[in-house]
Amino acid sequence: MKQKINHTCFYALVFVVVFLSLLPYLWFLNTSLKTPIEITAIPPKLFPSGSLEFYISAIKEYNLMHFVKNSTIVASLTTVITIFISICAGYALARLRIRYKGFIMGSLLLVSMFPQISIAGPVWRIMQSLGWLNTYQGVIFPYVTLTLPLGVWILASFFKELPEELEDAARVDGCSHFQALFKIIVPLSAPGVFTATILVFIYAWNEFFFALLILTEKKYQTLPVGIALFQGQYEIPWGEIAAASTVATIPLVLLVFFFQKKIIRGLSAGAIKG
Amino acid sequence: MKNIIRIRSLTRREKVFAFLLLLPCFSFVATFAFYPILNSFYLSLHNIILTFPGLGQPFVGFENYKNLIQDKVAIHSLTNTIIFVIITVMLEVFCGLIIALIINRQFRARGWVRAAILVPWAIPTVVASQMWRFIFNDNYGFFNFILFGSNVAAYRAWLAEPLFAFSAIMLADIWKTSPFAALIILAGLQTIPDDLYESAKIEGANAWQRFKKITLPLIKPALLIALLFRTMDAFRVFDLVFVMTQGGPADATNVLQFYGYKKIFAEGFMGYGSTISVIVFLITFLICLFYIRVIGTRLFQYRG
Repeated sequence: MKQKINHTCFYALVFVVVFLSLLPYLWFLNTSLKTPIEITAIPPKLFPSGSLEFYISAIKEYNLMHFVKNSTIVASLTTVITIFISICAGYALARLRIRYKGFIMGSLLLVSMFPQISIAGPVWRIMQSLGWLNTYQGVIFPYVTLTLPLGVWILASFFKELPEELEDAARVDGCSHFQALFKIIVPLSAPGVFTATILVFIYAWNEFFFALLILTEKKYQTLPVGIALFQGQYEIPWGEIAAASTVATIPLVLLVFFFQKKIIRGLSAGAIKG
Repeated sequence: MKNIIRIRSLTRREKVFAFLLLLPCFSFVATFAFYPILNSFYLSLHNIILTFPGLGQPFVGFENYKNLIQDKVAIHSLTNTIIFVIITVMLEVFCGLIIALIINRQFRARGWVRAAILVPWAIPTVVASQMWRFIFNDNYGFFNFILFGSNVAAYRAWLAEPLFAFSAIMLADIWKTSPFAALIILAGLQTIPDDLYESAKIEGANAWQRFKKITLPLIKPALLIALLFRTMDAFRVFDLVFVMTQGGPADATNVLQFYGYKKIFAEGFMGYGSTISVIVFLITFLICLFYIRVIGTRLFQYRG
């Protein structure tokens, strides 16, 4: 009997946690499916009529698809570049004999942790002098820099787990160092590469601070900047903001539900094992 | 003899190879992270106003720093940031611990529950900020609705009241980032072998004793790492403030990163704003060093 009560209590607790995690998000999803009349109802209406009016308006009046396109380009390119560079650096740090490994890994960690404002002015000036303000590469370069620590830490922790003899065997077979890395090590650490890819993509998709500084023209702005600056003529366009937010969030929610194990593994890689 | 030469040339080639592999990573970090930090310090010693490029960049020594100490808004932003960091980090690690203890158990639908908990962490902070801004909206907000139902006369504009606006931002941050703390702590929990609990049970330790004597000491490293990551991240709070309050009402929610952003990019004071960049960097660097001393070399002694 006591165990049964415990059991019920436990599930109630799980329910509360899940409910609190999802409630604000569900409320916004719900808002995006209302009509303009329903959204301005006071007190708020709990159930929407399922209208897609705000989605259409966000696309037509607020160029939503444009932001989606920009975000997709920026996040994908950042991810590809970061992963490639992280594979190289992660491999060197995990499996080659180099000095100051701890120091290099530590400095990388530091890079991922300091506040963006401490580099914002100079980064903006670099972009200005290169003529890269309002270009994709203007945000991609800082993003690659800021996601590299994540990529290197995760990949290095995966590369470390492979058996030592792999490269030797490859070299006996006549592979160069570089071939051994990309033909043998990388395929064998595919789960690690995939995990790092997801996390870097999420970071680049969500980043706001540098995008706000560097992409001042609507034409190049990413979703977070677009959503933050949505402004109607007289009122805050809550319906359109909710619709755009839902669109911006769907890929992330899908990633989380399909790959939660990999994400959890990636987030705790390196951090805990010491 | 032949063999020795072979080995030597191999290690030499290996060194070159390692260098080439690290070069792209190093170039990015040097150009877009280390150089900007040093450059911020250089800029902070000059008077640079973006809107008046004709004034040039006269060297002014530490004048910007002198002005910063007397700048009431800057001091206010600093205290706000510190209060924000202390309160949110404590609550996030506490909530994270509870969540981690819950999802560490074996139960049905565990995968789904973990995914649901990850949602706040995964969504863009800008989206989370707009969500909470709407929840605290004076007319259409869910918060007013829960508190007052259809008693519209009692509805309040929460984000226009200094204390509530600050609390709302902290609440949004706790909601968004507790899952992250939970995951780090969960990884720590999973390293504890089950038989420890079993033998404690046999010796008659109750749940609280088991938690205090086994769980807590063993997840201490994980707790400290969660603290480190959360502290550093809370220090750069920006998106929430930018979207929810723009630092208002009357600077009640102004924080260092937002103030620095405003000075440099909205008002164009590149030199003065850079002093804020430098101070923020120094503060976070010191905090980082402090944590590393507490955590010990565990974090940096890379073992994979």
